Amino acid sequence: MTSIQKPPVRHPSLQVNALGLTRRDYEGAMSTLCAGCGHDSVTAAIVQAFYELDVPPHRAAKMSGIGCSSKTTAYFMRQSHGFNSVHGRMPSVASGANAANRDLVYIGISGDGDSLSIGLGQLCHAIRRNVDMLYVLENNGVYGLTKGQFSASADVGSKSKRGEANVQRPIDPVLLALSLGATFVARGFSGDKTRLVPMLKAGLRHKGFALIDVISPCVSFNDHEGSTKSYRFTRENYHDVAPVDFVPLQREITAETEAGASVSVTMHDGSIVRFREVPSDYDPTDRDAAYAHVRARQERGEIVTGLLYIDEQSADMHETANTVARPLVDLPYESLCPGRAALDELMDEYR
Amino acid sequence: MINDFAFKIATVNGTGSASANGLLMSAIYRMGIPVSGKNVFPSNIQGLPTWYEIRVSKDGYTARPAHIDLVVALNPATYAKDVAAVRPGGWLLYDSSWPLDRALRRDDITILGVPFGTLCVEAFAGDRERTLMRNIAYTGALVALLDIDMDIVSEMIREQFAKKRALLDSNFRALHLGYDYTKKHYECPLPIRLERMNATRDKVLMDGNTAAALGCLYAGATVGAWYPITPATSLMEAFSGFCKRYRVDPETKQNNYCILQAEDELAAAGITIGAGWAGARSFTSTAGPGISLMGEFIGLAYYTEIPGVFFDIQRTGPSTGMPTRTQQADLLSIAYLSHGDTKHIALFPSSPGECFYMAVTAFDLSERFQTPVFVVSDLDIGMNDWMVPRLTWDDGYRPDRGKVLDAEALEKVQRFSRYLDVDGDGIAARSLPGVHAKGAYFVRGSGHDKHAAYTEDAAEYQEVVDRLARKLKTAEEALPAPEIHQRKGMPSSVGLVALGGTHAAMLEACDALARDGIDVDYMRIKAFPFGGAVRQFLDSHETLFVVEQNRDAQLRSLLAIETGLPRDRMTALLDYGGLPLTADFVTAEVARHLEVRVA
Repeated sequence: MTSIQKPPVRHPSLQVNALGLTRRDYEGAMSTLCAGCGHDSVTAAIVQAFYELDVPPHRAAKMSGIGCSSKTTAYFMRQSHGFNSVHGRMPSVASGANAANRDLVYIGISGDGDSLSIGLGQLCHAIRRNVDMLYVLENNGVYGLTKGQFSASADVGSKSKRGEANVQRPIDPVLLALSLGATFVARGFSGDKTRLVPMLKAGLRHKGFALIDVISPCVSFNDHEGSTKSYRFTRENYHDVAPVDFVPLQREITAETEAGASVSVTMHDGSIVRFREVPSDYDPTDRDAAYAHVRARQERGEIVTGLLYIDEQSADMHETANTVARPLVDLPYESLCPGRAALDELMDEYR
Repeated sequence: MINDFAFKIATVNGTGSASANGLLMSAIYRMGIPVSGKNVFPSNIQGLPTWYEIRVSKDGYTARPAHIDLVVALNPATYAKDVAAVRPGGWLLYDSSWPLDRALRRDDITILGVPFGTLCVEAFAGDRERTLMRNIAYTGALVALLDIDMDIVSEMIREQFAKKRALLDSNFRALHLGYDYTKKHYECPLPIRLERMNATRDKVLMDGNTAAALGCLYAGATVGAWYPITPATSLMEAFSGFCKRYRVDPETKQNNYCILQAEDELAAAGITIGAGWAGARSFTSTAGPGISLMGEFIGLAYYTEIPGVFFDIQRTGPSTGMPTRTQQADLLSIAYLSHGDTKHIALFPSSPGECFYMAVTAFDLSERFQTPVFVVSDLDIGMNDWMVPRLTWDDGYRPDRGKVLDAEALEKVQRFSRYLDVDGDGIAARSLPGVHAKGAYFVRGSGHDKHAAYTEDAAEYQEVVDRLARKLKTAEEALPAPEIHQRKGMPSSVGLVALGGTHAAMLEACDALARDGIDVDYMRIKAFPFGGAVRQFLDSHETLFVVEQNRDAQLRSLLAIETGLPRDRMTALLDYGGLPLTADFVTAEVARHLEVRVA
């Protein structure tokens, strides 16, 4: 247990967001994960992101599958609806919910087992559908709840707690998403909240499917010497491609960044994602370049993090389906039923 | 023999015969004569044998015919089978462009040869047109032989090809090629022939999948998810077609619906459930293999109490089975689909007409009882055109959304407990996401208590699952009651029980048995779980026959499990070869068991 039950009293000095809510209003139930679990840090970053974006908690829907990561939807935003579905199938439930009510803010939390093994198909097809949601993949390379089996993201040679080396090649969610045409692909580290929060905010504001692969070490089963998903290994080997700032629509940027080249991408709602100190050989709007960059650094044993690719032009699920702007759940029945006269007329065609 | 016979057309699939056969059906129907058609087709796109059976019945019997009076044999590959299918004293019309093996000839039937192939080769150019026109040529021959109204056929061809002048001319030429040749060489019409009637005026010809799709449209369904599978595909395709016509916002030209073709049936179920949770009326259409895949999600929806409508257009199993043949073999799996203690509401339409009305009922029940509801149809109902009463609609209908708390109601509650049974009927009120902060709760397939909180406590867990059982008990009496047929004022000690698409054959069998002096009562079950009326019928009949289309007497098992009636009190009459049931099967089996000689 990493957090304690806190009294629901609000300290007068607590800062409030535009809705008059404090960060605490975005918290959830007490975490039941192991002390030091990377997932709890991700949860904290999510709380921060929603708080800073002024999202009314009850207008957010928290979707998940099964596993340690999927449990975390209970640990943030207690005033949001949550849906802990079945193993590996959250993307379809989120797609259906989004089809019915496109006005909610959807966040899906999954893990490497949930996403890359049992749910690989669902993840791929949610990407293809470009359903408007933020999909956070809390990646620790191991099955925690069943105590330490390798997952599909475990690197070749990475050692289990019992000392066995993994032999199967890993599935890298970032490369997978890039190759499938994902419109927002990022990788974060649970140990670097400063960089994770703006990534989450941008992902939430992205119109379409935003994938953030977060390396989130498992302290109980995969944080030992020889593991490539440990805190130590990740800290020593992660390289952020370019820090991002998320500038919401209402707060216009006034000053340009001091050093290094900066790339700005205007998002669908007018917000801006600004990449600072972008390397000269990198372009976060070029899918092939992003892919090549990640692959090249991977060959050198580096873990590339950051908002790696962003495409604000592609149509999301509703745009493709040409759905009305108003959520389908809000359409009055009268506008949906053609009525008796139409049926009568139609019947004449079946003669 | 006037307006009371059956004929069968044997062709090769993918050659365009389906539209000619449909034309024949519709023409007879437009003559006001009750007609039914059964398409016996292969699981294949092109090149394999296919048959179309048309039954004409002045008495309005629409079940599959047991005897074929006339076979139209156009596929040399199946000549042997097709010649053998003619009833003694019947007729065979074959394409004499290909010789009929002497060994196949029968003395007890009349054989008529028309060189359709040669006629079309001479009259038309190109393989495609020659092949297509051969179908219209045999239609012409049948117009002559059966005395089908030429004006009606001509009018239908004109309707169909109004905008394709060249095709229109070809079709007329082909029609007369067959008609004239037949008239010239044979005495027309045959003793089996048609005469205008006035028995179809209030009826339409429609397949069950189209009707079910219309039901979804009228019920106000907005989200449809699916994965293509025979014989369920045409349901979602029909829904899509109706939506394009009736659900496009006139101003914005945007869609008041969202249809998602999923990557598999698991995802289709997930989308259906996600949309149901969010508050939309959502559904999916599938067949047995899809039902198997959906099992896990169905358990989730049952336990977390999320509505959704699941159409199962049954086909022949197990496994891939025979995808283009019919069966009623998903009954047991649907009744208790998924692991753990589960039980589901299922409706059993017996015709396309009922597919329409039951689709609407299914959405109402699903939202009222907050649980998945299955509409269990089959390939025969779903894909064949049936003659059914014109569908009607009550404009006063409003969806039964069940107990849903709106923002105002949620504002007033002290604490919202998602699974709390306030009214004692087993149904707890639900909230929809996004409506109010107080309505927020956590849906979980894991153990939960009445407040929707995680639990591993025995008593808290049991409290919820016991309420679920109570809820399904409440549902029993809200479901469509069985339909009971009894000879006027003459209750019998013999009771027949069936469900679904066998209804037409059952009614015909009851009449036939009565003619042979065997009066039987007949109960058609319309829904699961069974209510008191079902039990009562079983109890009040000494001799019971359960007629069903599967090998293992699944309905009988369900009746035994649910009512406690011993299995051996019910005799199962089973027909499961994949074809629609005939009345003859039922009459013969009942008579055999009762040891009565049937005339």
